[in-house]
Amino acid sequence: MTDLELNSGKKVRIESVTMQGITKRFPGVLANDRVDFDVKASEVHALLGENGAGKSTLMKILYGLYHQDSGEIYINDELVKINSPTDAINLGIGMIHQHFMLVPTLTVTENVALGLPSSRGPLTDLDRVSKRILELADLYGLRIDPNAYIWQLSVGQQQRVEIIKALYRGADLLILDEPTAVLTPQEVDELFGIMRQMVNDGFGLIFISHKLHEVIEISHRVTVLRNGKKVGTRPTSEVDKSELAKWMVGHAIDFITTTDQIQCGEVRLKLENVSCESDRGAKGLKDINLELCSGEILGLAGVSGNGQRDLAEVIVGLRKVSSGKIFLEDEDITGADVDVLIKKMLSYIPEERMRDGMIKDFTVAENLILREHDQPKYSDNGFLKLKSIENHAKELIKLFQIKTPSHKTMAKSLSGGNIQKIVLARELSRKPRTIIAAQPTRGLDIGAAEYVREQLIIQRNNGTAVLLISEDLDEIFALSDRIAVIYEGKIMGILSREDATKEKIGLLMAGVLPAEQA
Amino acid sequence: MISDLFSLTVLLGIISSGIRLATPYLFASIGEAFSQRSGVLNLGVEGQMILGAFTAFYVVMNTENLLLGVLAAMGVGALMGLAMGFVSITLQAQQGISGIGFYLFGLGMSNLLFQLLVGTVETVSGFPKVPLPILSDIPVIGELFFDHNILVYLAFLIVPIASFVLNKTNLGLKIRSVGENPEAADSLGVSVSKVRYFTTIFGGAMSGLSGASLSIALLNVFQLGMTAGQGFIAVALVYFGAWRPWGVLAGALLFSLVNGLQLWIQVLGINIPSEFAVMMPYILTIFVLTLSRSKYGAPSALTKPFEREG
Repeated sequence: MTDLELNSGKKVRIESVTMQGITKRFPGVLANDRVDFDVKASEVHALLGENGAGKSTLMKILYGLYHQDSGEIYINDELVKINSPTDAINLGIGMIHQHFMLVPTLTVTENVALGLPSSRGPLTDLDRVSKRILELADLYGLRIDPNAYIWQLSVGQQQRVEIIKALYRGADLLILDEPTAVLTPQEVDELFGIMRQMVNDGFGLIFISHKLHEVIEISHRVTVLRNGKKVGTRPTSEVDKSELAKWMVGHAIDFITTTDQIQCGEVRLKLENVSCESDRGAKGLKDINLELCSGEILGLAGVSGNGQRDLAEVIVGLRKVSSGKIFLEDEDITGADVDVLIKKMLSYIPEERMRDGMIKDFTVAENLILREHDQPKYSDNGFLKLKSIENHAKELIKLFQIKTPSHKTMAKSLSGGNIQKIVLARELSRKPRTIIAAQPTRGLDIGAAEYVREQLIIQRNNGTAVLLISEDLDEIFALSDRIAVIYEGKIMGILSREDATKEKIGLLMAGVLPAEQA
Repeated sequence: MISDLFSLTVLLGIISSGIRLATPYLFASIGEAFSQRSGVLNLGVEGQMILGAFTAFYVVMNTENLLLGVLAAMGVGALMGLAMGFVSITLQAQQGISGIGFYLFGLGMSNLLFQLLVGTVETVSGFPKVPLPILSDIPVIGELFFDHNILVYLAFLIVPIASFVLNKTNLGLKIRSVGENPEAADSLGVSVSKVRYFTTIFGGAMSGLSGASLSIALLNVFQLGMTAGQGFIAVALVYFGAWRPWGVLAGALLFSLVNGLQLWIQVLGINIPSEFAVMMPYILTIFVLTLSRSKYGAPSALTKPFEREG
């Protein structure tokens, strides 16, 4: 511990942080409206709320990235001004951002040392920094190679680097902004282990999340924000999941599942021994055989990076097939142009919606006709029919409850959930016959995610064939009629929902075949 | 005759002039490498160079003080760097366009000042050759490498220094991080704009020095447009050198050797139209840029202004 104390270089340890009456206005939005929040040493205080509820804004104020319009912050009952991250760091506040603040081309040690005075004056003291990183890592079980480059690390490891960065700067209050959003279940367990140990050592932790079961598992107290206002603070032991959900959304939420078994119709999509190469030339897909019928949701489960993305791209014509054949409604579409697939009413909800699903600098209305802009409905001899595009947009904004100031708003200024609604609206409103939905609810809050799931079920009930690619097992189990598991580019098995248990699927996801399971 | 090119004297001559001619490239490219590593693409190098060239020439013509000439050129370059910084960092203008603006400004301003203050072609006595003791006595090698003016030595000395600063100092760490992920640097209390101002001002000073090396060390005259695109080649060299000082050195030598070759082709009166010979470095620029796909990417934040949201 001596090194920790040495690094912090300050006398007072944080016993409590109190934010009082915090108000923050952005052009057109009241992001925080007289919010009170406090956290003490040795506790995890969860901050819960939908996207856009003002959680991140509140925490960025505490970390000095934003400045409140009014309201005060007290540390150990003493008024403090936090004008910049440097101030926050000096006070002992650290933040693990949702999008990691790491420089990928630098090593772990360089990232930790960045911005700190060196013990060698103008020269770097990386060897010393790296030694202290190892000591800190030892203390909290944060296994890391100080000499590795950030780009070589997995997401979970990068998160450890972020924690080490904060510890190294002597933080005793840590803000964790949606730290579990990018982690596998195992990594989440590991993170929680680290968090518990830190709490035992007297750290105060602020845990931002919209995953209710995690909040209940790890936190001591929970505060819920909605539309920039505080709904309330309660000891976690006194609340349950549905109550929290109601606080967050403002009304009760039914967690959706498909219950009725629908008869599988004709085969819409068929993959025969499909292989492909992935971006780095390696892995990709190996002899994939898959059939997707009308009126079913086929869930594709798997740990991130096992070929899910390649599979989606191969089907929608964005990636070359190296061998095998793909049939869409009995027509061979291997290597076909994307516009052929569009005409066959194949819809695609891409994983990277900001990159592959829309054009950020286009308006909502323009994004809504991207796929069909050259159809007579929207264009006439090369001229856009602006009136009909506008009407189309207004209709979909209403139908899909897209929250946007107008149809002329740039897509990039909307929240993640509303952006996904634009993609959904575009892809579903054209009455698709087959849908490839890749991680359709990733990064969405409960309300938006349930909405997306509901839409997929409606499609399935209308006889559309839906391939649901998801890394969220709960979602797979909630929606799928059949569950396929992908591992290292191969389909490990396909189970009907009645036969599938989380244990069986979990083993397949780890590459263990039933025969070996015994 | 083409075969004349391959005599030992001529080959040595090409190498020797190549080393000399690398000087302006090195100064300008190293400066540009710093500013690009921090995320600022300065396309105004050419303008900073020519104004630096004129300033150095004019100061030396009037004072005969070479050091003062160099410092004045660096000062003018630094001022232009400061202006470039203001436009691209504080005002967050498009870097490509504003850089071209500064190029045109430097070109026009140097023309105007030359017409007003000098008017006719004059020469100055620039930096003399300084044969290094002992080293220059080594046969062949001594003459090639250790018998140049002081700016040539300085240009080559700057390469390892620049590499050291980028890789081994706290300042270098900040420069690299600001060019790759300014948000991350900002969240750790590194002032993105301070670092970027530093590199653009430094880059400007180096471009000014590069201009001075032309007008008071290599050619000892000032002519309108005498930089002849070397500032743009210096920018290209940064890409060629994958944003690393040693890579920049390799690129600078390649280009200056071709330049040297081109000069000797003209000197020997070889039967290639001189226009073609003069074109060689520029064609090589395009050729090399299309072929060089470096395994190192450009700094991720290159040309992207930084603004903390909120």
